Amino acid sequence: MNRTIRVLIAKPGLDGHDRGAKVIARALRDAGMEVIYTGLRQTPEQIVAAAVQEDVDVVGMSLLSGAHNYLFPRVAKLLKEEGVDDVLVIGGGIIPDEDIQGLKEAGISEIFTSGTPTSRMIEYIKNNLKR
Amino acid sequence: MFDKEKLSHLKEEREKWEKGVLGKTLSKAPESKDEFKTVSGSVVNRLYTPEDVANIDYESEIGYPGQYPFTRGYQPTMYRGRPWTMRMYSGFATAEESNERYKYLVSQGSTGLSVAFDLPTQIGYDSDHTLAQGEVGKVGVAIDSLKDMEILFDGIPLDKVSTSMTINAPAAVLLAMYIKVAEKQGVSPDKLRGTIQNDILKEYIARGTYIFPTEPSMRLITNIFEYCSKEVPNWNTISISGYHIREAGSTAAQEVGFTLADGIAYVDAAIKAGLDVDTFAPRLSFFFNSHNDLFEEVAKFRAARRLWAKIMKERFKAEDEKSMMLKFHTQTAGCTLTAQQPNNNIIRVAMQALAAVLGGTQSLHTNSRDEALALPTTESVTIALRTQQIIASETGVTNTVDPLAGSYFIEAKTKELEEKAMEYIAKIDELGGAARAIDLGYIQKEISDAAYKYQMEIESKETIVVGVNKYKVEEEAPKGLLRVDPIVAEMQKKKIDGVKAQRNNAAVEEKLQLLKKACEGTENVMPLILDAVGEYATLGEICGVMREVFGEYQQAVLI
Repeated sequence: MNRTIRVLIAKPGLDGHDRGAKVIARALRDAGMEVIYTGLRQTPEQIVAAAVQEDVDVVGMSLLSGAHNYLFPRVAKLLKEEGVDDVLVIGGGIIPDEDIQGLKEAGISEIFTSGTPTSRMIEYIKNNLKR
Repeated sequence: MFDKEKLSHLKEEREKWEKGVLGKTLSKAPESKDEFKTVSGSVVNRLYTPEDVANIDYESEIGYPGQYPFTRGYQPTMYRGRPWTMRMYSGFATAEESNERYKYLVSQGSTGLSVAFDLPTQIGYDSDHTLAQGEVGKVGVAIDSLKDMEILFDGIPLDKVSTSMTINAPAAVLLAMYIKVAEKQGVSPDKLRGTIQNDILKEYIARGTYIFPTEPSMRLITNIFEYCSKEVPNWNTISISGYHIREAGSTAAQEVGFTLADGIAYVDAAIKAGLDVDTFAPRLSFFFNSHNDLFEEVAKFRAARRLWAKIMKERFKAEDEKSMMLKFHTQTAGCTLTAQQPNNNIIRVAMQALAAVLGGTQSLHTNSRDEALALPTTESVTIALRTQQIIASETGVTNTVDPLAGSYFIEAKTKELEEKAMEYIAKIDELGGAARAIDLGYIQKEISDAAYKYQMEIESKETIVVGVNKYKVEEEAPKGLLRVDPIVAEMQKKKIDGVKAQRNNAAVEEKLQLLKKACEGTENVMPLILDAVGEYATLGEICGVMREVFGEYQQAVLI
């Protein structure tokens, strides 16, 4: 595939910690991807609308406030309702291991927790695109 | 600090040593790296000698504690008088549960309270607001009305404790609630001691819990300065925070430079609002991060104290020495905690806490080992508190004031950090001040550049993080993390319904209308917020009125 990978990096909910989101956005960009960053305080509806409008291949969400079990699945569900089934949805932040299985079942393909090198994320995205 | 003759002799001796003893060793055993750097990337020399401090005048630059320029401490006896306030930041779920945690912490020797609010509270939404979904009670306690605040401080005499509240955009509302709870306890406002964070500029820069645009936000802040200078004189009206700037990835010099630039903006705004500098400046306080690089951090605290003293005296012509004293709270660096091998975090926190103490902090929060995973358990918080108690009671570092002063290395680094921070302040002045520099994205860009650089250094292993990119082990997922039950949101909603059913709704409406009018005009809004709070208007209702008049801040999105 020679097409440039398009990624939406999103900050759902009210959490203001955006160091991780910004670092990842830059790392993906340096890896040759096209990155759109939403900024803070995005509702699941806004994230899905942006993903559709920007026609992205990947939605990456970052959340450190503990609201991931509500917000991540909601984004996955809304994407499905929009008929979007070829977008890779991933997440990261402060997420206890015991929550990861449930998030995967809800349609989040992978969860990257604290300490993950950006190189691993880049590799994961390249190997798991859905289109 | 040495005379010329002595210095030139020292220089000769050093050069002799470099060619002789040092040269011989280097030829046989070279050093492990070409260049040694601090966590912030500033170069550290092999050796510091009197030559490195030759340009520092002891009396004018270092001096004595409790005296201008306060390099050695804000108070003359420091921890010989009493140790720093051990203030553990906590709060989660409901007011009832947080109240229990506060009572536990006080029973274990904690000497000040520090309230963490959940995100809806920090952004001025009630727990039943759509945008609060999933967030209620998660990163702190949910406060919707005076009712919750009464429960939060139930059984805690407010004339006996000092309370710090991490609240910014709606700081005026939470302070009003605190004053009302005290009133109900029979404690008058002039007896209240504590701090509200109330630092909106760093919310725009790094922390993200802003509500209103810059101008009305600055007005709310100066309204609080003015009100408290008359009614709540022992209250620290702002905690100008470098903590979150550092957490967002800044260097040590940027932390000092950007924080003091924010401080300058607040002083400017208050003076512009007609306040005399010496009426409010003594109640300004600061909040810094204590990161991994021990000596760099000690130098940072000392540099911040000296630089602020100079700014207040020279730039703002303050006359009261209290206006020139930088007093600060410290929290160990959350961003250094690792999810891997979480017990290692105890050691990191201990050393960061030591740096804060050697740097002369007035109060300290030590992070818990499990905070890269979740909110801390009671056991983890207790270890973190014990860490402070061990430093205070067992290590002996409290026996003398500013023990690292006079170290060639520390004094040279203090000077270097002061100069670098001053360069950032000059740049921000050039751009038109901190608020303008934030609008332009300058400060945010500087920080995210530094954060990216640091991350790349970790990935290339130029920077080692134990357990993350070296000394890794396979480990099982930690068990027994603290979880906030989603039922909390339901409980809060019920409480809001109860409050709304019991209060005098006509009076609430009237007070909200009066507040609205005040917001549209120029008078101090504090008394009107107090009135609305007293009638049990909710936080969301009060902030809603202010949102209507003031509008909302629009973030400059950049990466």
